[in-house]
Amino acid sequence: MKIVTCIKQVPDTEAKISLENGKVQWGDSPLVINPFDEYAVEAALQQKDKHGATVVAICIGPDSAREALKHALAMGADEAILISDAALENLDAQGAAQVLAAAIRKIGDADLVIFGRQSIDSGTGLTPAQIARRLGWPLLSLAGSIELNNGRVRVERVIEEGRQIVSAALPAVLSVVQSIGEPRYPSFMGIRRASRATIPTWSLADLGISAPTPLVEQRAMFAPPSREQPCEFIQGETVTEIAEKLVEKILAEKVL
Amino acid sequence: MKTLVYIDHFKGEVQPASWEAIGVARNWGTVQAVILGASGEKLVKQAYEYGADEVFFCDDSNLDDYRADLFASTLGALATAQSPDVILFPTTTRGRELAAILAVDLNSGVLADVTALELEGTLLVATRPIYEGKLFEKVVCLGRPQIATLRPRAFPRPSRDESRNGSAIRIEKQGESAVQVEGYAVSESRVSLTDAGVIVAGGRGVTNNPAMAGADEATIARKGFELIGELASVLGGAVGASRAVVDAGYIPYSHQVGQTGKTVAPDLYIACGISGAIQHISGIRGAKLVVAINKDPEAPIFKVARYGVVGDLFQVVPALTEAFRKRLSK
Repeated sequence: MKIVTCIKQVPDTEAKISLENGKVQWGDSPLVINPFDEYAVEAALQQKDKHGATVVAICIGPDSAREALKHALAMGADEAILISDAALENLDAQGAAQVLAAAIRKIGDADLVIFGRQSIDSGTGLTPAQIARRLGWPLLSLAGSIELNNGRVRVERVIEEGRQIVSAALPAVLSVVQSIGEPRYPSFMGIRRASRATIPTWSLADLGISAPTPLVEQRAMFAPPSREQPCEFIQGETVTEIAEKLVEKILAEKVL
Repeated sequence: MKTLVYIDHFKGEVQPASWEAIGVARNWGTVQAVILGASGEKLVKQAYEYGADEVFFCDDSNLDDYRADLFASTLGALATAQSPDVILFPTTTRGRELAAILAVDLNSGVLADVTALELEGTLLVATRPIYEGKLFEKVVCLGRPQIATLRPRAFPRPSRDESRNGSAIRIEKQGESAVQVEGYAVSESRVSLTDAGVIVAGGRGVTNNPAMAGADEATIARKGFELIGELASVLGGAVGASRAVVDAGYIPYSHQVGQTGKTVAPDLYIACGISGAIQHISGIRGAKLVVAINKDPEAPIFKVARYGVVGDLFQVVPALTEAFRKRLSK
């Protein structure tokens, strides 16, 4: 069995994000594997543990994105491929789906493709569904648990109303949510293996496709207006007095 | 200008952000609404009441259960036949992926999870959060039709005019699904955090009550969430939670607010015993008013709160419930 996980490299969640001359800055914070994609790698490794599989991590990004792939390798992925091309800067969701679908076809024989729910940078959450459509494979999104049995995959989808239990024949595209289980920490052996691994780079020419036509164009970025007032601490002699004062403050804001 | 709005529902229960999308589209011109699946027909009148000019529905039994591929194909055929300028979805689990698939089929782009919209002629200029709300971007769609998903509660709910009505226009389902629906496990407690006007949320503080010394953590947490639930109920709100208490198993995942849970935008968010990790804060950036109750005056939650109380939630929350009850009954 072969499982492909698609990951992205993003600034750490804790990073202070700002704009400088129209460019996004994240200070000294490291670039890391997108937190949701760690769950995707974990989900792939869980299936590998149960059924045996080759897990291939792929990532679109600049050369520095190798670090995210190394993290996946250190967790236990078997292979990693970086897709890098000067023509892939400012890729929109559709473009990413086109490129990743081509890469999945080139890898060949994938039974499962597993994504995280969304990236924490652009955060569109569109790509898993778009890849499923492009490949013509069933989409089982927002999986909280995965079972493989006799060439079929069965998942519990975590939706607004509860859980929807769905199944489909392999190959299939999945996205996973936190309920899948905490991502494992890279082992010492894993880290050593990852540091020695060769990660091939594929260009658009390697994939046999031209640069995707942009369908969404960014016009501007801006920082949200900063909060004008600091926190006002409500004090009083008794908890009842504090509560009553606070209620008056809240009601005066006229949000209710 | 013509807009097609997807009305997202589960077995007849509509995600209210669908009505918000109708409200937005009404400002621009003609609004067509489409409702797919079981119980869809009984929602047609409601769609007219919220402002739709034409309502399409399909009650083919193949659509009784939501499946992305089949729903998208049916929507795609309608979009091709009607050629709207814009297709709007609420940003729900279903809306997001239907928009994504439709964009592939129609070779257009998606303006995802939009929080504000301007119109330049017939071009949508959409504002949407990036980096988990630490920045915003303005984007336009270069394909046609323009497709957008709207974040719940980012746009006003249109008023409902019960005198409005129209015909239900039946459409055919298109395509097949490769996905089989085996069943449902409805969540233990039906919470709709993304649409809640008020959220009272509990964090690790619910496990810490000196007055219950000796009791196990789960018992204390149960009591804590009981108090939080009472406050939420007086305010007609929903109960949220931080990741710590969800991971500890004290409340189901469906209540979790934050990066790995839900992104919410209530009018009032009361954080009780939540320290305010960045992953939690990123989920509440859309809240209009944040109030925090925490024992630790240095807790980062106070940096995003407008009002704060340094104290024990086991004392403050019931007092607040009582104070609201008194004040709101007047």
